[in-house]
Amino acid sequence: MRGDLDTQRTPLVEMRDISISFGGIRAVDHVTVDLYPGEVVGLLGHNGAGKSTLIKCLSGAYHADAGEILVDGKKVEINNPRDARAQNIETIYQTLALADNLDAASNLFLGRELVTPMGLVDDARMEAETRKIMHRLNPNFAKFNVPVSALSGGQRQSVAIARAVYFNARILIMDEPTAALGPQETNMVSELVEELKKQGLGIFLIEHDIQNVMKLCDRASVMKNGKLVGTVRVDEVTDEDILGMIILGKTPGRAS
Amino acid sequence: MTDTTPSSTAATAGPVKRFLAATELDTRLLGMIGALAAIWIGFHVYGAVENGYGAFLTARNLWNLSVQTSSIGIMATGMVLVIITRHIDLSVGSILGFCAIFMGVLQVNILPQIVGLGSPLIWILAAICGMALGTIIGAFQGWLVAYRGIPAFIVTLGGMLVWRGSAYMVARGETISPLDPTFKLLGGGPYGSVGGTGSWIVGIVGILAIVALIVNARRQRRRFEFPLRPVWAEVFLGIVGCGAVIGAVLLVNSYPWPIGIVRQYVKANDLTVDSSDVFISHGFAIPVLILIGVGIAMTFLMTRTRFGRYVFAIGGNPEASELSGINVRWVTVKIFALMGFLAGLSGVVASARLNSATNALGTLDELYVIAAAVIGGTSLGGGVGTIYGAILGALVMQSLQTGMVLIGFDAAVQQIVVGGVLVLAVWLDIVYRRTAR
Repeated sequence: MRGDLDTQRTPLVEMRDISISFGGIRAVDHVTVDLYPGEVVGLLGHNGAGKSTLIKCLSGAYHADAGEILVDGKKVEINNPRDARAQNIETIYQTLALADNLDAASNLFLGRELVTPMGLVDDARMEAETRKIMHRLNPNFAKFNVPVSALSGGQRQSVAIARAVYFNARILIMDEPTAALGPQETNMVSELVEELKKQGLGIFLIEHDIQNVMKLCDRASVMKNGKLVGTVRVDEVTDEDILGMIILGKTPGRAS
Repeated sequence: MTDTTPSSTAATAGPVKRFLAATELDTRLLGMIGALAAIWIGFHVYGAVENGYGAFLTARNLWNLSVQTSSIGIMATGMVLVIITRHIDLSVGSILGFCAIFMGVLQVNILPQIVGLGSPLIWILAAICGMALGTIIGAFQGWLVAYRGIPAFIVTLGGMLVWRGSAYMVARGETISPLDPTFKLLGGGPYGSVGGTGSWIVGIVGILAIVALIVNARRQRRRFEFPLRPVWAEVFLGIVGCGAVIGAVLLVNSYPWPIGIVRQYVKANDLTVDSSDVFISHGFAIPVLILIGVGIAMTFLMTRTRFGRYVFAIGGNPEASELSGINVRWVTVKIFALMGFLAGLSGVVASARLNSATNALGTLDELYVIAAAVIGGTSLGGGVGTIYGAILGALVMQSLQTGMVLIGFDAAVQQIVVGGVLVLAVWLDIVYRRTAR
């Protein structure tokens, strides 16, 4: 079964003993999580539990004070977002991290523009590529020549997702991807997560909605006050168990 | 491949809207050109009615206007980048003054002793050193802003005083004059212009460039099967563009050298003609060509390079830019360095035009430069701005000044009008943006 497989395989990514403090406050305190190919790991906890901070150490937005990050079993240094991207780690931020004044194509390729042989930005080719991927992700998307500030919440989300997916991510971090979405768009994200899983990506999913966690995740790591409460297989516990971990910081007996 | 209008809704809209959609012209740009035309015609008519002589729409005045706009226009193109990234640079006038006096001392007191008096190297070395000085100052200020986290307002407010004071100390407040004769040409004047034939060459190059741009843009769109502009719209844009270029050439070529200069020229070249029969065109002034060159280069930088893309991205969302892997701090240093370089270049043009360098050169220029960028549609909220807008903005500011001088307004009234226009222009811009949503 999967459990046997996991012990034999090398994790896609492993964050070992990560700690980070801000002005004397331990935001993340010796936390260890891992992620296997084709797996979705939910990161849960109250606001301020340290989920987003932990994950920002992986995406390069923060630099951990202590601990190490391993990709494919090899130790890597992630000092900034460029390093993370070089490891095929892509992030969809809760805030989406879009430059509102630029159009979809410019945002999709921001920091990784397609260039002509002379080194100039190739807007036409970028727009063509954007049309292609948007057609796949969100066929209704048609606003290619307007700043993304003119788009709806769901359309903006599709741009942010397209940006993460386009560049052949192996490790995907999704920080509350459905927080600002309607039911239809939430379904779109769920389907996408399933599809990416099949392709063998590993996904860290930060999520508040316990139903989504039960539906989408294989495992769930719960944090409280910067510490890891525990990691459980979602199919071995009930949603009550997970809620207990989040609220009381109590590990159910079956936690792995 | 069929030609389709960019917007399918255009067919149902009125003729004006349909026209704008087909040509993809920026309504802001049209508004600014309209405002400029109103200012020009207004001053001309006012002069004709009040003083019996409309002096504004004459070749002589418009030629002078173009030269006077150069210095502010060059710096305004850089200020666009600074303001787009939500910074400000109050020090450009002082950097201009410091660079100018530095170049003056170099070419008058120092370089002649090194490379020999009258050496052709003097002007070019002086100009390069001056622009390098501006770049270094700008980079230093940018470093303070980006890596030391001091607000740009404070850094450049301090810089405004520091560099003005430094300019005084370089020559203890003396005026350096006259400058190197070749250097002087960079400021314009009859000799510092390219003449009739030269202007036609510039014009033809411009026309070829316009046609090439239109054809190339169309080919790119076709390659990726994007909607094309209707052919009539392309032809219309081409004709307007080329017409403007030809008009500009005819205008500058219709402004002859003054009789005194012609006499001097005839004498110097031992010609045996009557000076009053000789018609020598000014043509484009060199500083104007520098401004046009800077405008093209900066537009290219902002629209075709990754650097330009990053400038806009940082202005739109600095955090997102950082998360996208853009080195925001380093880009900020580059922006301020570029601003400093352009202030140095402006120092070349401004001091060459006066044929002298003083420590007061460029005083208050920062305010005109910022005003030009803002009138030209650069949003102080960041993320929005165009190079051509800033140059047009500089032209609007200079037109107001020149116009008021021509019809004999006091300096005090001029200040009041310029200040009022700045506030009015920004208010109109806010209203425009709100309704354009």
